[in-house]
Amino acid sequence: MHAENEVHFRDAAAKALLDPQLRANFRRAMDGLIAKRLAQFPDPRDLQDLRDLSTAIRSRSLLCLPELLEQLEANCAKNGIKVHWAETCEQANQLILGILQAKGAKTLVKGKSMVSEEMHLNAFLESKGIEALESDLGEYIIQLDGETPSHIIMPAIHKNKDQIARQFSQKIKDAKYTEDVDELTAMARKVLRQKFLDADAGLSGVNFAVAETGTLCLVENEGNGRMSTHVPPLHIAVMGLEKVVARLEDVAPLYAILTRSATGQAVSTYFNLITGPRGEGEKDGPQEVHLVILDNGRSRIYADPQLRATLRCIRCGACMNHCPVYTRVGGHAYEAVYPGPIGKILTPQMEGVGVRHDLIHGSSLCGACGEVCPVEIPIPEILVRLRREATHSDVGSNVAGKGTGRTATEDWAWHLWAGVLKRPALYRVATWFATRFGKALPARAPLIKNWTQFRTKPVPARRSLTERLRAEGVSHE
Amino acid sequence: MNGTKPKKVYFYGTCLVDLFFPDAGMAGIQLLRRAGVEVIFPEGQTCCGQPAFNCGYWEEARDVARTQVALFPQDLPVILPSGSCAGMMKVHYPELFHGQPDEAKVQAFSARVYELTQFLVDVLDVRLQDLGEPVKVTWHSSCHAVRDLGLKGEPQALIGQLANVELAPLTREYECCGFGGTFAVRHPEISGAMVTDKIADATATGASVVLSTDGGCLMNVNGALEAKSSKLKVQHIAEFLWERTRAR
Repeated sequence: MHAENEVHFRDAAAKALLDPQLRANFRRAMDGLIAKRLAQFPDPRDLQDLRDLSTAIRSRSLLCLPELLEQLEANCAKNGIKVHWAETCEQANQLILGILQAKGAKTLVKGKSMVSEEMHLNAFLESKGIEALESDLGEYIIQLDGETPSHIIMPAIHKNKDQIARQFSQKIKDAKYTEDVDELTAMARKVLRQKFLDADAGLSGVNFAVAETGTLCLVENEGNGRMSTHVPPLHIAVMGLEKVVARLEDVAPLYAILTRSATGQAVSTYFNLITGPRGEGEKDGPQEVHLVILDNGRSRIYADPQLRATLRCIRCGACMNHCPVYTRVGGHAYEAVYPGPIGKILTPQMEGVGVRHDLIHGSSLCGACGEVCPVEIPIPEILVRLRREATHSDVGSNVAGKGTGRTATEDWAWHLWAGVLKRPALYRVATWFATRFGKALPARAPLIKNWTQFRTKPVPARRSLTERLRAEGVSHE
Repeated sequence: MNGTKPKKVYFYGTCLVDLFFPDAGMAGIQLLRRAGVEVIFPEGQTCCGQPAFNCGYWEEARDVARTQVALFPQDLPVILPSGSCAGMMKVHYPELFHGQPDEAKVQAFSARVYELTQFLVDVLDVRLQDLGEPVKVTWHSSCHAVRDLGLKGEPQALIGQLANVELAPLTREYECCGFGGTFAVRHPEISGAMVTDKIADATATGASVVLSTDGGCLMNVNGALEAKSSKLKVQHIAEFLWERTRAR
């Protein structure tokens, strides 16, 4: 039995692999990002030091997460930021709708926020008659086509310049066709400038929330984050509950490793420290600032000592940039808000390991993700753990959908496998047959044909190593 | 081992070498013997258990792993001609046996595990003399050898000792070949795309042989090359080193 509504990564990935334009776009973009990141870390020892420090900060923050969240709420309140708690995406959407309606807001301009993608906020607000406009250039590009982000940092990375040129000329009013990047950017800027000025409210994500000061940190490159959070009279920030750190001094190393790992920048163009609404006598800033803190399965992940490492993530995207699977299939094939290796461990924990069983297995466990992760999340280890969870219902596990990916066929196969391999005498008989008759196996048999689609059939040697050594009389002791 | 070279070692063949690359196993044993080490090959070897472990079938993996650990009772190094299987025994056995009654015994075993080239270079410090004809080769690094075991160029150092061998690196030396055990049959399209790129990279180097330290990678890359009727061959590094350096 397979879990109901199982999402098949294999099918979507196979389709993506047939699109040469998509593959070329991703490969080129990812190669660029890999090279830029590497240039930022010329000394591997310095990189390791910074990783150790960043990992320690994130681990320490998670260790006292409940206390830090309480402290954050109290200090935000002192700064005039109102904190709201949402257990589910539905609750978070309703909270935001309530805040907007209380101010009579009809238009919302958004900085970039993956949590708002998690909530499907735009669609929700539109159904309530509120316009939500993405102002990050990449997000703006995909919103024009009604697409979802294909990368958590560079949401429109699946498109190349020519594709965007065609799209702008068709979708933006009075736009002329140009392939000049500066002209294209200027077109988007013209539309967005007016939206910033007209919007009733702005929404942003949060990169780090500082408990001791009640500060919201926002990392960005386009100034749209600052515009969204400072120009409209109302600012709503949304964050996952794991984003909190204890002290302001924790931010510097995390920021340093975030921008370097993500885009290969030593610093981002903008770094915003938001400490509340416009103060008395100040000339800009919103009149109200709200912070919505979302759980959406995170506290369940938090409760498991091993899986908790998932929440260390600072959303740099380095794991996807370096992933041999992601670079070939792109982000949309994952059919998830968070694609790539981090998505491969996060999505099943949020949606259930049974419905995402195929995704959990969509990794060769090569370890490239874990190797570059700035906070050393053991992604391959967690994948193996989730494979376990998908097929077993271990006592003490609270993983969503545990055991629902189990099938009688797979159970039987592993049982048989172990039955032979734990009995050397039986294994010897099996290898004897394989060496003598392995050639005769049909190349189109089930499973074998998955292999032979791209390769010749492996043929066993005529005599196994064990047989040859026995004939030679090597020491067995 | 306190810097002194061990006189005796165990050899663990691995299931893929046993069945598909026995020459590599024989060569590995010869290389060790020539370095003055007595090699014990315990009977009863099957598989390290990695396929079941990686798929979450840990009871089955443990059942098999226990029978294998029991074959190596003496306090001697255990040498494997595979980065992936050595990674399983050295790094993942302690995870697999965490909290089990025989955890301490398994940990002691894991501490003795070495990948072959690692042992030849880091422990035995072997010196090779090339007796072969000039040849150009390329090297595919196994993900688990590098990322699980932390190999730091030992295989390349061994190849570098051979005077008549030119090593032409792959453009993406550290990218996975797409094998990944059951991944290759569960996600054949992605795995196929990966190995197709890998053989294109290898072909572009102009080498005549692709060397690796892992049976899985070799089987994968070889199968893809054969399917394209390529002239490029694959060979396990142990076999390559032994063939070029043995007295005829």
